[in-house]
Amino acid sequence: MKARVTIFYKEGVFDPQGNTVAESLRRLGFKTVQSARVGKVVDIELDSQHEKDTKAAVDKMCEKLLANPVIESFKTEIIGGA
Amino acid sequence: MKAAVITFPGSNCDDDVVYTLREFAKFDVTTLWHQERPALGEFQLVVVPGGFSYGDYLRSGAVAALSPVMEKVKEYAGNGGLVLGICNGFQILCEARLLPGALAKNESSKFQCKDVYLKVEDTNTPWTNQMKPGEVVQYPIAHGDGRYVCEIDSKSLADVDGVLLTYCDAKGKNLPEANPNGSQLAIAGISNKARNVFGLMPHPERATDLRSQHGKKLWNSLLSHLNAKGGNA
Amino acid sequence: MRIPDSQPSTPDMAKSLGVTPDEYHHVCKKLERPPTFAELGIFSAMFSEHCSYKSSKPLLRRFPTTGKRVLQGPGENAGVLDIGNGWAVAFKMESHNHPSYIEPFQGAATGVGGIMRDVFTMGARPIANMNSLCFGSTDLEKTRSVVKGVVKGIGDYGNCVGVPTVAGQTLFHPCYNRNPLVNAFTLGLLKSDEIFRGFASGVGNLVVYVGSKTGRDGVHGASMASKEFSTEAEPDRPTVQVGDPFTEKLLLEATLEAMKAGLIIGIQDMGAAGLTSSSFEMAERAESGLEINLDNVPMRETGMSAFELMLSESQERMLLVCEPDKLEGLTKIFEKWELHSNVIGKVVEGHRVKIEKNGEVVVDLPVELVTVPPMASRPKVVPSDLKQRWFLDRNRLFTSSIEAKLDLVFTDINFASAQPIVHQYDSMVGNRTEGGTFDDAALLRLRDIPGSKSKLALTVDCNPRITWLAPREGGRRSVAEAAVNIAIMGGDPIGITDCLNFGSPENPEVMWQFEEAIEGISEACEALKIPVISGNVSFYNETDGVPIYPTPMIGMAGLVTDTQRVPKTSFASSEQDILLIGPAEGGLGGSVMTSLFFKRECGQPEDTDLNLLNRMLKFCERLRKTKFSYSIHDVSDGGLATAMLEMALHSAVPGIGFTAKIPQGADPDRFLFGETIPRVLVAIDPGHRTEIETLASQAGVGFTLIGETNESGEMKVLQGGLEVAKRPVAAIRTGWENRWKPCFE
Repeated sequence: MKARVTIFYKEGVFDPQGNTVAESLRRLGFKTVQSARVGKVVDIELDSQHEKDTKAAVDKMCEKLLANPVIESFKTEIIGGA
Repeated sequence: MKAAVITFPGSNCDDDVVYTLREFAKFDVTTLWHQERPALGEFQLVVVPGGFSYGDYLRSGAVAALSPVMEKVKEYAGNGGLVLGICNGFQILCEARLLPGALAKNESSKFQCKDVYLKVEDTNTPWTNQMKPGEVVQYPIAHGDGRYVCEIDSKSLADVDGVLLTYCDAKGKNLPEANPNGSQLAIAGISNKARNVFGLMPHPERATDLRSQHGKKLWNSLLSHLNAKGGNA
Repeated sequence: MRIPDSQPSTPDMAKSLGVTPDEYHHVCKKLERPPTFAELGIFSAMFSEHCSYKSSKPLLRRFPTTGKRVLQGPGENAGVLDIGNGWAVAFKMESHNHPSYIEPFQGAATGVGGIMRDVFTMGARPIANMNSLCFGSTDLEKTRSVVKGVVKGIGDYGNCVGVPTVAGQTLFHPCYNRNPLVNAFTLGLLKSDEIFRGFASGVGNLVVYVGSKTGRDGVHGASMASKEFSTEAEPDRPTVQVGDPFTEKLLLEATLEAMKAGLIIGIQDMGAAGLTSSSFEMAERAESGLEINLDNVPMRETGMSAFELMLSESQERMLLVCEPDKLEGLTKIFEKWELHSNVIGKVVEGHRVKIEKNGEVVVDLPVELVTVPPMASRPKVVPSDLKQRWFLDRNRLFTSSIEAKLDLVFTDINFASAQPIVHQYDSMVGNRTEGGTFDDAALLRLRDIPGSKSKLALTVDCNPRITWLAPREGGRRSVAEAAVNIAIMGGDPIGITDCLNFGSPENPEVMWQFEEAIEGISEACEALKIPVISGNVSFYNETDGVPIYPTPMIGMAGLVTDTQRVPKTSFASSEQDILLIGPAEGGLGGSVMTSLFFKRECGQPEDTDLNLLNRMLKFCERLRKTKFSYSIHDVSDGGLATAMLEMALHSAVPGIGFTAKIPQGADPDRFLFGETIPRVLVAIDPGHRTEIETLASQAGVGFTLIGETNESGEMKVLQGGLEVAKRPVAAIRTGWENRWKPCFE
């Protein structure tokens, strides 16, 4: 299966890259831009069949390595079947 | 006096620290490879040096914090051993949960290398006992991810335990413009509750026999602490 | 359908890959057959200007390349100079101009990566990087994004590997609008008897590939060829390589460790033309033959042809040769550093390179046929409008006030604090940097050499404005300015590397510039008795068909042996006398002030007096042996006015101001804005003035007391006792500090 992990700075932790992107977009004339956030996307291919197990495994990966809970929040989703 | 300096793939200040500890603080220095699981009991100090361990590709210090040698460092710190993390080493110690908080991207999103002023917040520690409360020292910084973020929503330094150094101006004022990376409460260096683990973003080893030479105060504090301990034993 | 590697090539294929009809004919005749498609790929890469130096090689022979310090001259991955005590330095500078325009971040990053590999393949640990950057007009959005990307790319790569960026030069001029220059310099330290070279020697020895896997990065020729000849459309392939500084750091440590363990016979970086250039060049130097099996090359993508594998410019890869019984030890070291390595061939009798893929020999070529391409015959001609360029309308200059001219110079884009750039580079890692990031040259202590008090002084310099007006003088002056910078920091020049950035060699005027610049560089090196030990030529730098200003960048190393002081390059107090050492006036041809005033470079630059240059170096040597403290700075772009102001802007003294007195009989423009080299400013406690005067007269250089520092916070210019110009330092500082910031927003 294929899983996708999306990691952002937590709400309340300043995201300088997102801030720069939003400012640059506004400078380019996209006046409706309110804010932007820049995060990381990690796609993982797993040798596993069950969606539930896969998701649990990926959540564990996030806690162990992929995200730092002090400053980051993450979201996992299954994006492809076996 | 024996010190261990840990090298991860991508460490690049390891040699600078080895040189400084040997030349200035007269330590007998051993370098340890990250894959090793050595007994650390013989060392009076373990240093996790700066650099870009594993390229800092996922998150600064995250992969290194899971290295075999770090298990031993945790054990060593748990037994009260002195552990110093500089720059990437500070990030690694936070990622390894040996120190509270985390280091996020600089507010400017740019790497910054320059001399900064630091105010000494606590002198009753193995790392700062040869400094004066409120004293201003100058060390260089060189990092892209140095913005210290506390775990709690702290409003003042009184809410945070273990802060030893804060970014300030030449006169010791914690002004926003003297905070080079946007660190919460201008925190530049923090220690654990027991004060035996200390991490800081600035580089004392680069200011020991070059530049301000204020790095000497940190090494002298350490030596004085260790000598006193040795004397008591 | 793709063209099979072993299919005989045709003249049309040759043409589309940039092999000229003459070159193709030459190859067919020597081989007595048309080369295979894979072989044609090899010729297209090795006969390119970049690899073959076919337009420049005969002219480069003019450079002085010998001397008592030279342990390795041009022709290797980098040159090596003896610095005494059994130690040596290896250094080189290289361009990465075109990639840095297409993808500024990766282009610049991989440029830094490539030059560091060139240096550590010599067995040297890189301890200092420098760079020289030329950008177009900052009014252009594209320029600003290029500046931002290039600086970030250089920083990210060097910072991560842990090699400090200690000095550099940044220039803005519209001639670089669509062709910025990114020249990267690396210096490494090694033991003088432990130099490694790119030799594939010893029949039976193994050819080992180590580093990142090979992908289709940079296989531009291949994608072009397939577009021309294939019936099936293929997706566009990336032509920009992506750098991986982390792997570079591992490669650096693993390589040095393997060298130290005595496991390596010869080694070369897979840089431009990747596996092709590294294999053929290593066989050429050792006069050996190689057999390579491409099936053993670690690949990142599937279905790669021999053509693609041989031409790929994937980064962070090395080719090395070892004895069979050393393989195990070698592999162990690479595994420790988590690097891929594989035996891909062996050294054989004869002098041919034979390459197999899927059990089929797809390349079988005599080495010299590939490495000794037919030289291109390039006509040269003096630009027809040179005399017009040399016209400088002095009468119009007289109509403008000194204040107006000062304002021109002080608001120039090139008059700016380098802080927004410099602070993005780790300039201190390695614990050797004693100063220099804002000084005239970087100063590095050599803590690695036990007992040695020697230091290195490093600088990069070039003056494209002068070089466009008078290329020979431009070459001369670039070397002279570098030498003065080194001397000011307390060093004696020991050698240079160069990066010669020019337009198209097919343009006879460009070839004339090229030959003249080489002559000028050579004259200056001969006067200083220093060699050129390495270098790089970058042709085809053009903006809209107009060549860039000729930019022969000089990277110079100097050795500090007789002093421990780190000279101050800014005013040290508000009570210093300011002395001008050297001629009171300088030439206005090609100067910053006249270029801005007339909105184009004009006038005939005055020749640098190379004898005077040597006397100035002597003066600097005597000065550094004195006991009293002094501030020192050279006069270059913008002239004396700029130099004095820089000493104030870098000063830590609050409210610093100064006066400059135009000497009696001197031409104010030539005094304040002339740019003749060498002129040096020295600021001292008034009590030491006569000692300096004595030193100057002993050395045979001019001496003029031109002013003093004060606490007024103002720059004042006096003529015959009357104030003729006044400008507040603080206001100028604001502009100076902020001028380059818009590039980084």
